[in-house]
Amino acid sequence: MGVKVRIPTPLQRLTGGKEEVEAQPGRIIDIIAALDKEYPGIAERISEGGKVRRFVNIYVNEEDIRFLSAENTAVSDGQEVSIVPAIAGGRI
Amino acid sequence: MGFTKALKCRECSREYPVEPIYVCEFCFGPLEAVYDYDGIKKVLTRETIAARPRTLWRYKELLPIAGEPQVGLDSGFSPLIKADNLARILGVKELYIKDDTVMHPTLSFKDRVVSVALTKAKEFGFDTVACASTGNLAHSVSALGARSGLKRFVFIPASLEQSKITASVVYEPNLIAVDGNYDDVNRLCSEIANKHRWAFVNINIRPFYAEGSKTMGFEILDQLGWQAPDHVVVPCASGSLLTKVWKSFKEAHKIGLINDLHTKVYAAQATGCSPIAAAIKSGADVIRPVKPDTIAKSLAIGNPADGYYATAVVRETGGYGEHVSDAEIIHAIKLLAATEGIFAETAGGVTLAAAKRLIEAGKIDKNGSTVICITGNGLKTQEALAGHTGEVHHIKPNLASFEDVLAKIGR
Repeated sequence: MGVKVRIPTPLQRLTGGKEEVEAQPGRIIDIIAALDKEYPGIAERISEGGKVRRFVNIYVNEEDIRFLSAENTAVSDGQEVSIVPAIAGGRI
Repeated sequence: MGFTKALKCRECSREYPVEPIYVCEFCFGPLEAVYDYDGIKKVLTRETIAARPRTLWRYKELLPIAGEPQVGLDSGFSPLIKADNLARILGVKELYIKDDTVMHPTLSFKDRVVSVALTKAKEFGFDTVACASTGNLAHSVSALGARSGLKRFVFIPASLEQSKITASVVYEPNLIAVDGNYDDVNRLCSEIANKHRWAFVNINIRPFYAEGSKTMGFEILDQLGWQAPDHVVVPCASGSLLTKVWKSFKEAHKIGLINDLHTKVYAAQATGCSPIAAAIKSGADVIRPVKPDTIAKSLAIGNPADGYYATAVVRETGGYGEHVSDAEIIHAIKLLAATEGIFAETAGGVTLAAAKRLIEAGKIDKNGSTVICITGNGLKTQEALAGHTGEVHHIKPNLASFEDVLAKIGR
């Protein structure tokens, strides 16, 4: 089954235009490393020194990983990962 | 021709052409408009500005448009009120309220950013505009988009109160109620923005949209006779307004509209959602996201996109941050109404209550001039005051009954 990872537009150039890619279950930081093997350049764009960049939000099944275990959040079979650039709030 | 040279990444300084893009492809940092200030300096003087209509577009050279303004031609230039009654109570010498409760057409500062965003959307050739919002932004996109003939998609959390839905749906946008909270709506919208070629004002049009907030700052300087105030207190949701008010002051200084700039910038938040104020107070470098719980819903962004930059502005200028309880917010809304006759929404209560604390703590100098930015109208958040307002005196329709009450009131 694997893990489905949604790729935002700015990174789709690296995935050959693919909006969704598959990964093996594991910690977020491992998934990023695995993606980078297949699509070189992804890791340095969304992370720096093993930390997710300040302006990148990552969600596992709709929950922000900052509320889970950040880079060490475990993602299991069948879960979905979204990589979303930080955007301005439109609430106010 | 406009004066916007490029979009530039705020993190790594890579430059991009002026297009509907919003993040750096390399590091995901936010993109910001950069201008040809030498060119602007030659055409935008105090005299040119004074000869123009009193709208937000009188500073158009400092806004990221290529042609003439197309949307919000009657928006902006809200009153700057000298608040002497309130100043007496707070014990300060010189106090002003920048009053965006009366912004045309939807009674909040969002008409500033949306005017710029929709003008830019038209320049880019979009026929559909969209936003994720629970309130003021939805109202503004719905209304200004209607007048400018754009198709509109407005995304809201399904749990939103009926009164807020009515204030958007009356303009007949496509209103999409998403089964989730505001953060879910925002996340979904950024994914929709990947798929459909629409102008999402706070996503792919964001670098342009955000610049509209500068007009609040330009107006403050203009209305003070091109003097910068000693202190300015700004409410923070994403933190964008605060950073842009400061940017406007720096730009006005750079092109010679003001001669001296020494303003300290202060961030106001509700305690139930204070990631920016908390970072300022603790001296932290990182913004820790929170799950919001406050009556100031228009400021309830738990993961503020510009939080880092807002914190940096406050530090750079020697200002400070403060957060206030729901009870203080209600008290401040009532105080502003009773002293200056201005009915602000909950965000306005946050800003005034934070200013009050900052004054009492000596963080804001009582002898200096202070501007408090009030961003939206209280008629939009009346439910927050339920059970907290003064009493109504009920009488029979006769003089005796009235005289009885008058005696009780005691005058």
